[in-house]
Amino acid sequence: MTSEALMAPPAAPGLFRRLAAGRVFPVLAIVAAIIVIWLAGAIWLNAPQIEDAYQRAGQPLDFATLVHEGWNAKRPVLPSPQQVVTDLWNSLTLSPTSKRSLVYHATITGSAALSGFALGSLLGIVLAIAIVHVRRLDLSLMPWVITSQTIPILAIAPMIVVVLGNLGLTGLIPKAIISMYLCFFPVTIGLVKGLRSPDPLQMDLMRTYSASSRQVLTKLRWPAALPYLFAGLKVAIAISLVGAIVGELPTGAQAGLGSRLLAGSYFGQTVQIWSALFVASFLGTALVALVGLAEWMVRRSMGGRLT
Amino acid sequence: MSLVYQGADQPVTALQDINLTIERGAFVSFIGPSGCGKTTLMRAVADLEHPTSGSLLVNGVTPEAARLDRAYGYVFQAPALYPWRRIEANVRLPLEVMGFDKAEHAERAKRYLKLVGLEGFERKFPWQLSGGMQQRASIARALCFEPELLLMDEPFGALDEITRDRLNEELLRLWRTTRKTVIFVTHSIAEAAFLSSKIVVMSARPGRIVKIIDNDAPPERTLDWRESPQFLDVAHQLREALNEGHAHDI
Repeated sequence: MTSEALMAPPAAPGLFRRLAAGRVFPVLAIVAAIIVIWLAGAIWLNAPQIEDAYQRAGQPLDFATLVHEGWNAKRPVLPSPQQVVTDLWNSLTLSPTSKRSLVYHATITGSAALSGFALGSLLGIVLAIAIVHVRRLDLSLMPWVITSQTIPILAIAPMIVVVLGNLGLTGLIPKAIISMYLCFFPVTIGLVKGLRSPDPLQMDLMRTYSASSRQVLTKLRWPAALPYLFAGLKVAIAISLVGAIVGELPTGAQAGLGSRLLAGSYFGQTVQIWSALFVASFLGTALVALVGLAEWMVRRSMGGRLT
Repeated sequence: MSLVYQGADQPVTALQDINLTIERGAFVSFIGPSGCGKTTLMRAVADLEHPTSGSLLVNGVTPEAARLDRAYGYVFQAPALYPWRRIEANVRLPLEVMGFDKAEHAERAKRYLKLVGLEGFERKFPWQLSGGMQQRASIARALCFEPELLLMDEPFGALDEITRDRLNEELLRLWRTTRKTVIFVTHSIAEAAFLSSKIVVMSARPGRIVKIIDNDAPPERTLDWRESPQFLDVAHQLREALNEGHAHDI
């Protein structure tokens, strides 16, 4: 290569290249692919009932009509994206206190999920600290912590609802407790590993200072464990929402995203199911982002070099 | 004093028949091949290991009592700074743990960071400093609570020779000004001969003392002293003793 070639300023990359190199483009590409598959799927899955209807009416069916009917079916097997978006828009622009507003239902499920997350994280943190400090608990408690998650939540949820309902506890509390049951696990597992992560030299240093185990916890184990804790919290907050929704199914709850899903499937309202699913996923994303923000702030105050 | 580890298949004698007295204010180096137990001996002094027989007194009390009394500062092979604490906060760590008066923290951290030449780096995080600077910060951390005894385990082993030479000179200056007792582990002949007032040569398997060499180096020495006949003589004696210790092995 000549020196001139080396000196020449690099050609400004085109818009397409810059987009392709960025983060937005790959995400948009996947979204576009999903929409195309979805549109095609809506026609394919709804075609039998449309063909059936036209045959009975004795009318001819051309492809353009099939596409139009497939994307605008009254009771679609798979609703088209535009039907879901319209339904979402309608229910999100309603007054948030309306029983048909998805904001109203998301608030109810979200508050149960957040309560469960708070309780579960607290329980997870307490368990992890106990397990790390008391060898007997490590041996006796840890297997139970793991076993607890091998039981399907769908099996325990009705039991919790029935028992707590008998005690007069209904509404938010049973849902929060089901959420907590799922939440504490990733927090405990992550934090136990994190609290044990300081290297021997860092531990020896504390010993040369004759530090108490409380000091070792607050000044060494806890700060060293924070990256592990946040990894656990991110998983926990995502499944806290799953817990809250599952908790709404057996009660026949009147409100909440879970009840919308259930009602939708009772009455064959697939559009309603899909709308509720989308709102649940937006809510989940927002909750995970909330933990991510907290992590970012903590990391920055700790030198920003924690992995 | 002896120290035997329970190894996986058989007991390992890490230290055997160690008999040694270190005077207050001395700079004593332990030198020997890897595996000769010099680090183990120092960890026993620090109450991080326990002798299986014999007795060990630190400032006239047991190592445990000395540790509880916060009698020594320990400088490890690696700086072992806490990455989430700024340099100043790392130096304050022992003061916080030992319950020093809060009002004193800032003043002491500042004084000792200045002593090791790290003024102006108080607000940096460890990863923003070079290896040599990190090790200096860890020395400031060991000094700031003013222990009577400084234990240093190959503190400059991971550094390049240029940095190591400079830190050797600085350490000598620190020792002269603070008059602390220093126990220093190294595997560098030049480092041991340059720094110490007394050098203990050890050999491996089992770890034992081969020879103790007194070094009457002038107190006000600089790196140039390493070219003097006196330095060369000490270095020569050290090499001979190390070879002798090695000969037992073969």
